[in-house]
This record gives sequence, C-alpha cells and structure tokens, in this order.
Amino acid sequence: MSNDNQTPEGMTIVVKKICQFMAPTIFLFGIYITVHGHLTPGGGFTGGVIMASAFILQILSYGSFLDKLQQEKWHLELTESLALLCFLMLAVLGLLLATTSVFFGNFLHRGSFGELISGGIIPIGNIFVGIEVCAAISSIFVALLIFKDKEA
Amino acid sequence: MEIYLIIMIILMILGSIYSLHAKDLLSAVVAYGIVGFGLVISFLLLYAPDLAIVQVVVEIITLVIMIAVIVNTTHKDEKKIFTTKSSLVNLVVLLIFVGVFFLMFAHIIGVLSYFGQHTMRMAGVYIDSAYEAGSANIVTGILFHFRAYDTLGEATVLFTAVIGVLTVLRQYGKKN
Repeated sequence: MSNDNQTPEGMTIVVKKICQFMAPTIFLFGIYITVHGHLTPGGGFTGGVIMASAFILQILSYGSFLDKLQQEKWHLELTESLALLCFLMLAVLGLLLATTSVFFGNFLHRGSFGELISGGIIPIGNIFVGIEVCAAISSIFVALLIFKDKEA
Repeated sequence: MEIYLIIMIILMILGSIYSLHAKDLLSAVVAYGIVGFGLVISFLLLYAPDLAIVQVVVEIITLVIMIAVIVNTTHKDEKKIFTTKSSLVNLVVLLIFVGVFFLMFAHIIGVLSYFGQHTMRMAGVYIDSAYEAGSANIVTGILFHFRAYDTLGEATVLFTAVIGVLTVLRQYGKKN
C-alpha cells in the first residue's frame, strides 16, 4: 500500500459501485437486527457487528484516507464510551427508581407481548449495546489501519 | 441429525489440523475459517439460531481482519529453531496439559447431559421466567433481564479490548 496520504488506493470502480449499494443495506439490516432483538433471533451484539461490517466494507473498498480516519477514530472512541456509560446508567436507573430498586430492574411498562415496542428496557439496552459493539469493532479496525501506515 | 453433526465435527478437526500444518500463513488462516463456519452449521443443527448469527458475523469479521493483516504485512514465515532441550520441555508441558484435560473431561462427562440434547436443569426455569421479562425472544429476554450482568460484563470486556489494542499499537508507534 502506498505511503502517500493524499491519494489512497482503493479497489476498482466495479467494487466501489457495488459497495455503494451494499453498505447502506447492510447497515440497515444491522439496525433491524438490533431493534428487533427482543422479537427475532439476534440482538445488540449481532446487530452491532453487522453495522461494523458495513464500515469495514467501505474502508476496504475505498482505501484509507488517513486524515479522515484519524478524526473518525476519536468519534468512534467517544461513541463507544458514551454507549457503555448509557447502558450502565440504564442499569443504575433501575436501582434508583422506587418501583424496581434492583440493578437492571425493568422499570418501564412491558406493553403487549410480541410487539415491537414492548419488553420495557430490553430494546433500549439492545440499542445501547449495538452502538457500543459497532463502535468498538470499527475502532479496532481503524486503529490497525492508522498505526500500520504511520509506522511504514 | 447426529450424523450431520459428526460429519461437521470431523470436517472442523480436519480443517484445524490442516491450518496447523500449512506452510503458508494465509492458507492456514483460511483453513481455520472452516472451524468457524462448521461451528455455525453445528449451532444451526442444535437449534441455536442466535448463536449461529453471532458466530457467522464474528467469523467473517475476524477472517477479513486477519487476511488484511497478513496481506498487508508479510508472507514470509519465520523458521523457529528447536533445540533438543526446548523441544523436550515443550513435549513434557504438552503431555501434562493433555493429561489434565482428559482427566477433567472424564470427570465431567458423567455430569453433562447427552451431546445435542438441549434440555438441562436450568432450561425450565429460564423458559418460565422469560415471559416475565416481556420479550418474545427468550435468549434476549434472558440476556437483558436476569443475566444482564453478563451482558454488561461482555460489553466491558469489549471496551477493555479496544483500550488494550489502542495502547499496544500506540506504544509501538512511539518507540520508532
């Protein structure tokens, strides 16, 4: 791979165009898996990895713009930490509220069984875990790319 | 169904043996993918779609990252020189570990239920209390209701892994 940061080498135009179509679809599928985690197989972890794979597909096909990736890494780290903090806060909220007063207590209304908006805090926790996993795996990949090219 | 499981497990064993003995690092990684994808099929045969989805996605990401790392760094494999003493020590340690492993396995095989028979003592309790969690997917109901500590620990482990990767790589970059 070339050391010139201004002209990163990607793959051919065919791969780039197909990735333009595929990456949003993969990302949307990851969101679907995350949000429907309490109804269908899958959940926050699975959806997060699928969303991260959309990012990785784009980075691999378009080559690494190092300056952009450097900025992106900070955002990814911030997102990951905030999502984990929110998940922890959700657990502590169950502890603090008088209705449940246990760690990870399900303080919200359960709703009707089997609908999209049901299950209390389970879908919310799924979404937080999905964001956290997506940011974590993307930031590992971006870090491998950045530090490899810096050293070379 | 069991015959398929046996075939898949034999295939996984063959793949891992090949990946150990392959000359090229790239072909070793690709052969190791057989183990992961065989595990996906085994999970599906055992009626565990949640695990199968997780396994297939994680396997793909791991394979892509490892192949990218190998292609981007080098294809040359270092040849290690084994002396008689070091190989003897290696052999003794290996034998000890194999012995301990088989001893533990022989001890625990009587406790477990039959392979592929997914009815354990806790399963009834889990299924009964999954309705209480209010989630149609039992696995997610368990993971986010009365095993939410587990999920929190898993997320924390991932967070720690990212911090570790960043720290190691950054330290390596500073030295040069």
